[in-house]
Order: sequence, then structure tokens, then C-alpha cells
Amino acid sequence: MSDSVSPTRRRTLIWLLRTSGTALFAALVYPVMAYLKPPKVTGDAVSSVRVGAIDDFTPASGTLFRFGNRPGILIRYEDGSFRAFSATCTHLDCTVQFKKDAGIIWCACHNGKYDLNGRNIDGPPPRPLDEFDVIEKGGEVFVTEA
Amino acid sequence: MRQWLNDRMDLDAVVSFAKKKTVPAHRHSVWYYFGGVTLFLFIIQVVSGILLLFYYRPGEDTAFESIRFLMSKVHFGWLIRSVHSWSANLMVLAAAVHMFSVYLTRAYRRPREITWVTGVLLFYLSLAFGFSGYLLPWNELAYFATKVGTDIAGSVPFVGGPIMELLRGGEQVSGATLSRFFGFHVALFPAIFTVLLAIHLLMVQRQGMSSPIGEEKNPKARSIPFFPNFFLRDVLLWLIVLNILAILAVFFPWELGVKADPFAAAPAGIVPEWYFLFMFQVLKLLPAHVLFLEGEVFGVLLFGTAMTLWIFIPFFDRQSQKGQRGRLFTIIGLAVIIFILFFTILGWVML
Ligand code: FES
Repeated sequence: MSDSVSPTRRRTLIWLLRTSGTALFAALVYPVMAYLKPPKVTGDAVSSVRVGAIDDFTPASGTLFRFGNRPGILIRYEDGSFRAFSATCTHLDCTVQFKKDAGIIWCACHNGKYDLNGRNIDGPPPRPLDEFDVIEKGGEVFVTEA
Repeated sequence: MRQWLNDRMDLDAVVSFAKKKTVPAHRHSVWYYFGGVTLFLFIIQVVSGILLLFYYRPGEDTAFESIRFLMSKVHFGWLIRSVHSWSANLMVLAAAVHMFSVYLTRAYRRPREITWVTGVLLFYLSLAFGFSGYLLPWNELAYFATKVGTDIAGSVPFVGGPIMELLRGGEQVSGATLSRFFGFHVALFPAIFTVLLAIHLLMVQRQGMSSPIGEEKNPKARSIPFFPNFFLRDVLLWLIVLNILAILAVFFPWELGVKADPFAAAPAGIVPEWYFLFMFQVLKLLPAHVLFLEGEVFGVLLFGTAMTLWIFIPFFDRQSQKGQRGRLFTIIGLAVIIFILFFTILGWVML
């Protein structure tokens, strides 16, 4: 059998086989990989939300709110001013909470601590919380992407 | 009837194979049982898992409710779920014991490398089963555990981001993540697991049981027939395991917890499953920066590398390939075990 095929012809055939094999493989893999990557859902991205009426928030409090599909935390200071941060811990993504007694923002997952300015002060978080801009307008609090 | 089957399936060959099969008897023989126990628990997982599928409804709005329904309304629903959860934990435990006993007796040595490689992969896959199954009830703990777990995957340099998105089915842990994990847990992983398990068991049957290195050359080495002697002991042990499982499942039913709320803060006292506890603890203790890397990234790379090297142990252990007993790999094995135990206990007391 092998005698009847010239070496060049054999090489060509093998080359053809390999190339088409690779092409077939790529043609299967690429769509599957692309399929697995979730498409960007529009509507996820918001640039501004209304959190509530100013009077809803007592001084020295922290409230979680929805910012699109992400949680945010609105802090109202003793003096009545506001700041808002992303409530996603910079360590491993848990959602932080306001701890009134300790006067900090706290992450339960690995005991990460932030001060009320969103700065990481203790525990594993490597960075401060991302900050949003707060706008007070007509007795209401709005939060926008900084 | 027998003749009819025999003509088609060559039963005689199977019977004579079973007759010939023996199990070495020596002072380390007890370790031979753990593979069988793992297999037994795996079978329980398959059966109870299929039963759960009859009522479980994946989805952000339905998953938690369907399990609550299963546990409160369906006859013995709580039991089936409890068995599935407990058996999963026992299976990981049995598999770990099996793996380390194989390691320490050097049963991975030539010509059993393939058995070892498939075995380690099966073990990792068991952990992946545990991780993916954990999310399915869609409760608070599971939700944040998944956030943390997938974020850890995301911290791997370069490929981490896409991997995290692939796992989560988006940027956040959401209903899409639940769908994916459900797919992994009931379709993808079982498919891969079955193939690996088939190879693993086939190799064990073809090559027979390995004897520890010293025992092999012992002229007085004894062995007992697999069938029925060893087999009956196997079955007895399975019954014992089944009883332990029943006691655990009945007296410590698996809690359902609180439904996940993506916009609520993480609850206090959140921990991973015990078999991830040592990694959790190490990651927690690592400083924020090691060398030029973030502590987290360093830890993940460290575990990733170690777990990869572990697969190829038989190829590094040159001495055992030649049938010699080397100290080095015993020390490595013991060090790994002590490391894991130490940080597991530490993680436990520091909760
Ligand atoms: S995720 Fe917040 S401290 Fe780890």
C-alpha cells in the first residue's frame, strides 16, 4: 500500500489532513468560546439613581441601595452631609455594611474594615471603596458615577 | 439463560477474572477500603442527586423556594437533601484519605501513573462539585461564598478576568451564575467525572492492587482473594458508612438558611465549606503584598501551582519508579498533610 503512494503525495495528503483538522477544530472552538462569554446586557449600566428623600436618612447612618446591578452604600454623617460608595468590598467582592457602634464600614466575609470615608483601615481589603458622587436636589438624594 | 448471555458477553471471562483477583494483606491493608468507600458515596450522590432534580427548579426566583418546598412539603424531601449534602462531605473526606494513603504507600509509582493522574483529577472535580453545588439553594451564605470564590478565580493574572466572567455569566453573581453552576453541577462535571472514573477503575482492575514498596519483596507476603473475602468486608464497611450517613442526615439535617439578596450586606460568620477552610485561612493570613504581588494573587498562584504539581507527583518521584523507598516524598506528603490540618484547625478556632 505505502509503495503505491509517492512520498510527495503522501506529504501533501498529510498536510491537507492536518490543516483541515486544525481548521475544523478552530471552527468548533471559536463559536463555543464566544458562546460561553455572556453578552453585555444593556440596562445593567446606570449612571444615576435616586436613593430617597433627604429626610429618610438619619444623621450617622449608612444605607444600602441599588446602583444598577451593584450595591452601593450611602453614608450620612453627623453633620448631615452625604457621601456614597460602592458597597462591594475591594477584597473579594462581599457586600459591606454600616456598623453604627464602631463607626465604620464593615465587611463580614474576612473582617475587613473601612472608615466612614471609605478608606481601608484594617483587615484584608487592599484599596478604599470606590466612591460615587452625591447630589442633593429638591429634597432628594441622587447618586451618580464619579 | 446463562449460556445465552455467555455467548454474547463472555461472562466466564469476568468470573474467572474475579476469581483470580487478590488483595495484598499486610499491616497497611486498611487503606485499601477507602477507594471503595468513596465510590459508594459517589453512587449515593448520583442517586440522591437525581431524586433532587425531580423537584429542584434552578433560577433566581425559584431555586430557594423549590428547596423550601422540597424540605417542608415533599415526603422525605428533607432527608434526601440532607443525605446529598452530608454524603458530599463524606465523599470529599473519604477521597482525601484515599488519596493521601495512596500517596504515602507510593501506590502511584510505575506503572500506575495514569491511575494517580485520573485519581487526582477526580478529587479536584469532587471539590468543584462541592463548590458548584453549594450555590444551588441560592441562600445568603452560598451567594457570598460564590462571590468570594469566583473573585479568587478572577485574581489570577491575565486569564482571571475572563475566567471570572465565564463562571459568573456576567460581571456579578446573579441568576445567570446560578444557571451556569447548575449546568456544571448536573451535566458537565458528571460527564467528565464518569469518563475519568471509568479509566481510573479500569486501570485498577487491570493492574490489580499495589503493594507498598517494602511489602512487595517480602517473601512471606500474603494476600486474600478479592471475591468473596475482601468484597464482603467492603460491603460491611459500606453498610457502616451508610449508617453513619443516616445518623448525620437525620440528626443534623442540612439547613436551608436565608434566601440570598444581592443587595443585602454579607452576613457575619461567613465561612467556606470545611475542605476549603485551610485555603481560606491561608489567604486570610497572607499580608496585603508578597514580593511585588498582591497577597491574594500570590496565594492563588501558590495553591494553583501546588495543585498542578500534585497531579504529576509520580513523574517526579524517580526513586519510587525504581522500586526504592525515598524519604523525600514521604516528607513532602506529611508536610502537605500537616499544613492542611494545621490551617484547617486554625481556621476553625479563629472563626
Ligand atoms: S471580601 Fe470583604 S474582607 Fe474579604
